Amino acid sequence: MVIIMAVVHVTADNFQMEVLQSEKPVLVDFWASWCGPCMMLGPVVEELAETVTDVKICKVNVDEQMDLAQQFKVVSIPMLILFKDGQVAAKDIGVKSKDELLTFMHQ
Amino acid sequence: MKEKIYDILIVGAGTAGLSAAIYARRAGKNVIVLEEKMYGGQIVVTPEIENYPGIAKISGFEFAQNLYQQAKDLGMEYQTGRVRELVSKRESQEPEDGAGHKKTEEKMQLEAAQIPAQEALKEKKYFQAVVDINGESHRYLTKSVILATGAKNRPLGLAGEEQMIGHGISYCATCDGMFFRGRCVAVAGGGNTAMEDAAFLSQYCEKVYLIHRREEFRGEQSKLEMLEQKENVEILRSCVVTGMDKDAEGNLEKLHVWDKRQKEEMILPAAGLFIAVGQIPDNGDFLEFLSVDEQGYIKAGEDCKTVTEGVFAAGDCRTKGVRQLTTAAADGAVAALAACEYCDKI
Repeated sequence: MVIIMAVVHVTADNFQMEVLQSEKPVLVDFWASWCGPCMMLGPVVEELAETVTDVKICKVNVDEQMDLAQQFKVVSIPMLILFKDGQVAAKDIGVKSKDELLTFMHQ
Repeated sequence: MKEKIYDILIVGAGTAGLSAAIYARRAGKNVIVLEEKMYGGQIVVTPEIENYPGIAKISGFEFAQNLYQQAKDLGMEYQTGRVRELVSKRESQEPEDGAGHKKTEEKMQLEAAQIPAQEALKEKKYFQAVVDINGESHRYLTKSVILATGAKNRPLGLAGEEQMIGHGISYCATCDGMFFRGRCVAVAGGGNTAMEDAAFLSQYCEKVYLIHRREEFRGEQSKLEMLEQKENVEILRSCVVTGMDKDAEGNLEKLHVWDKRQKEEMILPAAGLFIAVGQIPDNGDFLEFLSVDEQGYIKAGEDCKTVTEGVFAAGDCRTKGVRQLTTAAADGAVAALAACEYCDKI
């Protein structure tokens, strides 16, 4: 059976389970639909979610999940946070190329 | 094996670069566009474009998508990578791998660059771009080059400014403003963008300081008057931001501001500092080819021709009076057609 990975859309309800308790590192893309750079980054993140297997890739819509955005001090988007073992391992903001994203998530 | 030589290599996939690609493809040239980050350029952050002729309203993102797709559909080749170096090459015969062909390679000097077309004809002149793609160096050969490298936000010049991006410092109020809802923020700058940013932020924030180093604002008077009416906007003239204080988590908390008239320092509460002090070009990798002005913009007229024959400059990266979406698109067309003419000539 072929498992096709996809982006997991995370909310306050499943953040604990999907991100903090994940066995694999998790890349979370904090985004909003009115943010042009976020919309540019989105397809790149989604493409990687289908090919990368060693990192789980999630997205958080900051308009709908303001509490999560505040919890992680998101003040610029698109913001990427890499979680390892439930901890914030790295943060970065702005549009990235596919290669830069791969480097970021595998640090 | 014969190495591919492009007709036109375009550096930068903003509005100017992609417009150039459209015109060049429609003229039947083979074209590659190299972009360091992501296509679209500066317009991507604009929520609504309302001054592009023929399009009443469109988001910057959608405009960029349309432009990219249009160029792609016309057969543009596109590659993510940073052009590290441009070298002019000449040889007496068709470039081919293998022995027997004497090749000379030299950094383009301005004198050499101005070889008349007649001589270029005999010499088969072309350029080599050295491109970093995911840490590896690749080379591309091309008959002509269009530099559409655009411009980026000018930093204010504060110590630690870059480290504070994402921790309170932002160059895009419309992108990041909503995260400062109910808080105190500051905008640094004196042009239209700074005033628009202050107006935008005043809708969400408890207090907005507009800090400008001069007495007079460069931007439109009507915008200034509108801001003066707003109760939660305080305009600080002849003031400069000199330092930042961070909270325990490393996020911006206070700004140190020097009042040049009163000759005293103020400490302002500010969780955000939005910097809108203009743009700077990024042409550092191509300086050997170009003549640039004091600010680093490529010296080129409305014909987009630089001092180096075969190298053109389009969009915000060149010296010009008006930097708008329409002028970037116009430059793309002009540069592409000039490059086509050059290719046909050599």
